[in-house]
Amino acid sequence: MQTLALPTYHADASNPRRAARAMADLAAGLSSWRLAWALARLDLRNRYRGSVIGPFWVTLSTAIMVVGLGLLYSTLLKQDLTVFLPHLAVSLIVWNTIANLVPEATNCLVSAEGVIRQLPLPLTTHALRCVFRNIFSAAHNLPLIVVVFLTIGRVPGVEGFLAIPGLLLLGLNAFAACIFLGMICARFRDIGQIVTNIMQLAFFMTPVIWRVELLGENAWRLYFNPFYPLLETIRGPLVDGGVSVGVWIAALGYSALLCGVAAAFFIRFRSRVAFWV
Amino acid sequence: MASIVADGLTIEFPLYHVAARSLKKRLLAKAALRVRTDESNRVVVAALRDLNFTIGRGERVALVGSNGAGKTTLLRTLAGIYEPVGGELTVKGEIGSLIDPGAGMDPDSTGRENIRLRGLYRGMDDAGIAALEADAATFSGLGEFLDVPTRGYSAGMSIRLAFAMATAMSPQILLMDEWFMAGDADFMGKAEERLASLVKGADIMVIATHDFGIVRRWCTRAIRLNAGRIVADGPVEEVLGAMEAGTPLPAPEPAKAEG
Repeated sequence: MQTLALPTYHADASNPRRAARAMADLAAGLSSWRLAWALARLDLRNRYRGSVIGPFWVTLSTAIMVVGLGLLYSTLLKQDLTVFLPHLAVSLIVWNTIANLVPEATNCLVSAEGVIRQLPLPLTTHALRCVFRNIFSAAHNLPLIVVVFLTIGRVPGVEGFLAIPGLLLLGLNAFAACIFLGMICARFRDIGQIVTNIMQLAFFMTPVIWRVELLGENAWRLYFNPFYPLLETIRGPLVDGGVSVGVWIAALGYSALLCGVAAAFFIRFRSRVAFWV
Repeated sequence: MASIVADGLTIEFPLYHVAARSLKKRLLAKAALRVRTDESNRVVVAALRDLNFTIGRGERVALVGSNGAGKTTLLRTLAGIYEPVGGELTVKGEIGSLIDPGAGMDPDSTGRENIRLRGLYRGMDDAGIAALEADAATFSGLGEFLDVPTRGYSAGMSIRLAFAMATAMSPQILLMDEWFMAGDADFMGKAEERLASLVKGADIMVIATHDFGIVRRWCTRAIRLNAGRIVADGPVEEVLGAMEAGTPLPAPEPAKAEG
């Protein structure tokens, strides 16, 4: 009777059952989310160890950026400050979240090398840890949005809740990016540098500081920038009273693409990661 | 019943970051037996080559062999960290591994926090974690130091904590590397007692060690590895006797290998 209950580990190189194992890894990683959660909290605590205001440095530096850039660019771009500031605050916070997450994603498996080579943990745990860490960090910016909205006196209506699906989509993409970038950067160590460069360029190419209207009739070209629809699904409901269906279709399309690529990569190469890191 | 069955088990380590051609050539020239280029022109080290063995309930197996013979790699493969490149491996039973005691420890967390973290690593629930905490706290004998970040521990204290956490389990299959022999004399007495009960409770033990004393005292079977192959497998005295008598090995020593 006991034989049936025994946990069995079976690996057969001639029949690797990659998809099933990848699914098992994902299921195990998600069900042990408490581990990823605890590790993410530790990461954040250790990052600001000994610091007086700790992770609220994130809030402070974003606040300084929003005020500084808000005053400068509202003049440069001839925008009304009461319109421009909420736009900038939301954009910058979402963008900073993406821009912090991506480099950490490239590193999420390499930095867990010590654990990967010693403990049989699901790889998705390390990706989840990275996502949680960035969520915690980004959450410190929330008071800032509230302050900006209240000061300007432009509080979004109920349509503001439509930003929630956008946030969830961002979280899903963050997870997929951690899996994909984490793996590819464990194998090819140059990719991390390339990604950093792309992100710098992407900041200027994405309507973070500037508003889409400034592009005039060329605005459709923004759909080639995957960051734009992702950003817009969150910003639109909060600042502009909603988003177009086209933005949502593009956001879902790019997300499906990223998740698909990440899943394919994960299924094919998951078992190799222990040799790569 | 707990069992381990390996059939043609093969592990190869790709050396990805050996980009320089000259280094690659030198490696290949020096150790043509173990380092080779595979079909996609990567340099790979054959860490384990075509291993066949069956370990059944009640067996206490020692993995012996020189540095780089593949002992730790085999342990990690049994633990499910490396997936076989060739062949088949079936491990039936709950695995507990004492491979690296420090893995997953956070130096900025206190001893107590580290114990809880270890519980999470093992996928325990709150009750399990509380039990682990109580057990490891008592056994490590760290007292008030449990609430000090482990960064401030002496080497001996770290080992005590790591040992206490790692051994607070009762797996059916126990995988062990020889790290546990460190620690102060006072602690070793306690440690041995605890290890002995752990070993007694396990259906199968596999230990990688250089220490023949340990092998003779605890093991019933020895597997001798050399350059990633099994060169002898049998009762302890038979295998160790041959090693001590200096029986020449069928394969030459490897030039470069993973431990």
